[in-house]
Amino acid sequence: MSSILVVLEQRDGALRKGAVDAIAAARLIADASGGQVDALVASDRAVSGVDGLGTMGADRVLSVTDAAFAHYNPDGIVATVTDIAGQYSAVLVAATATGKDLAPRLAASIGGPCGMDVTAVEPTGDKITVTRPIYAGKALQVLELSGTPVIAVRPGTYPAAAAGKAGAQEALAAPTFTRRLEVTGIRTSAKASVDVAEARVIVAGGRGLGDPKHFAVLEDLAAAFGGEAAVGASRAVVDAGWIEHGAQVGQTGKTVAPELYFAIGVSGAIQHLAGMRTSKVIVAINRDKDAPIFKVADYGIVGDLFEVVPALAEAVRKAKAH
Amino acid sequence: MDNFKRNKSVKICIPIRRVPDTTAKVTIAADGSSVNETGIKFVLNPYDEFALEAGLALREGAGAGEVVAVAFGPDSVQETLRTALAMGADSAVHLQGKPSADGLANARVLAEHVKGGGYDLVLFGKLAVDDYNQQTGPMTAELLGLPCATAISSLSVTGGVATVEREVEGGVETATCSLPAVFTCDKGLNTPRLPSLKGIMAAKKKPLEVVPVSAGEAMARVVSLSLPPERAAGVIVGEGAAAVPALMEALISKAKVL
Repeated sequence: MSSILVVLEQRDGALRKGAVDAIAAARLIADASGGQVDALVASDRAVSGVDGLGTMGADRVLSVTDAAFAHYNPDGIVATVTDIAGQYSAVLVAATATGKDLAPRLAASIGGPCGMDVTAVEPTGDKITVTRPIYAGKALQVLELSGTPVIAVRPGTYPAAAAGKAGAQEALAAPTFTRRLEVTGIRTSAKASVDVAEARVIVAGGRGLGDPKHFAVLEDLAAAFGGEAAVGASRAVVDAGWIEHGAQVGQTGKTVAPELYFAIGVSGAIQHLAGMRTSKVIVAINRDKDAPIFKVADYGIVGDLFEVVPALAEAVRKAKAH
Repeated sequence: MDNFKRNKSVKICIPIRRVPDTTAKVTIAADGSSVNETGIKFVLNPYDEFALEAGLALREGAGAGEVVAVAFGPDSVQETLRTALAMGADSAVHLQGKPSADGLANARVLAEHVKGGGYDLVLFGKLAVDDYNQQTGPMTAELLGLPCATAISSLSVTGGVATVEREVEGGVETATCSLPAVFTCDKGLNTPRLPSLKGIMAAKKKPLEVVPVSAGEAMARVVSLSLPPERAAGVIVGEGAAAVPALMEALISKAKVL
């Protein structure tokens, strides 16, 4: 029987999007052997939504409430998990920026292997097999993990499913630990826009924009989606300094899989395609009908983006107003 | 940089990786579990360039010190170490052996080197663009009990204390720690310098120490490697703004994403 521990991420007393997805993946592993899923959350205050985690598949919710967890506190979480890791056959986290930071530390502390940013988990006897995109998604690696693995599950891969579990609440004492790194705060983005990594819709621009100020055209299309779209970019325009590196999609930027991806004035270099090819629907708008981007796009429009994109933004606004 | 001035000398470790160029098309080798290396150009991992640049800038700011490039791998990594030397690293260490599919086994090898190295800072790249494991840095820190921040896009060092910034979803996290520390470096931290001709010539004479090592027991095993399914061919719905209604119709009725 293998029980799984899921370490949940929270910020300011709210569970982070993606955090609960890992519970669904944990459920799948635990259920194969009749095991239990425990969810751990550490905060400086009561975290909203933890009482509902039973319906997400958690048998038990362990809460550590201590001032030391006002911000992300990797040393504190590693100490907490290491103390109780012996009860579990695997530890799961969501592969967010924080989860990717935490998972390797946990693995090193527990002495197990780390499966990073996995898109599939499968229990195989006393081992766990994971699938993970590597080369930014140019290839899929299947990895067999033994010992007590720490697995970072890509958000959205196992959407939280309804389940009737107890979700029993238990308080856990704060651990004894040495704080080596002190997170002092989070500066939220000045633009109240959604993050490229979390957006349902991405409007990405490339060199075809011609000038950094023309990103305004893309921002207007993104705005037409009313807060669910982010502006992304190709490496060429990030390297040219037209937009901040956080917007870059591709092998030296973010790997994304939104429901809808607009590639506008993006030629479709191999390293860019790697980062967005698992998007559900890809739309390409480009003047060059031979641009490689059209080979991966579901729908394409050949034409001047400065004519097409404003017309598209207007059409989206109309459709949304319905 | 006060800290380094007081210490007179700063010693920085830059663990690097040799990876296929990001423009490379990936194909699977006959063994079904690795990448076909024929015809692929190998380069210094792009994120390691940010780490190396940060190390060189800190050394230059301190006025004295040593930047050591370290690579764990087969003999082919020596070429990549020479690239780091050409960019300005002072010396190189080749941890000669076969890296494991288990990041923790690799981290133990690096930790063993760092432990005895007397380093003020260890700067990794955020990830290697081949295996995307992004774990050796924080594991090395954890094994040695050193402070660690990953994917930093800003770094300053004053009075023995480092202040860093890292991008998280929807914001930028700030953190501080005392040295020695381990950081992994993201794009945005700096603009890496290119090796100069003089640097390339000098690199040939810089010390490159070879230390045979072996990774211990692996708890991760590569079962297979495959290419992702190809996307089905799409359609060009039309030309210019006149094609917008057809696109909207497709997005609403067929793709159902609006």
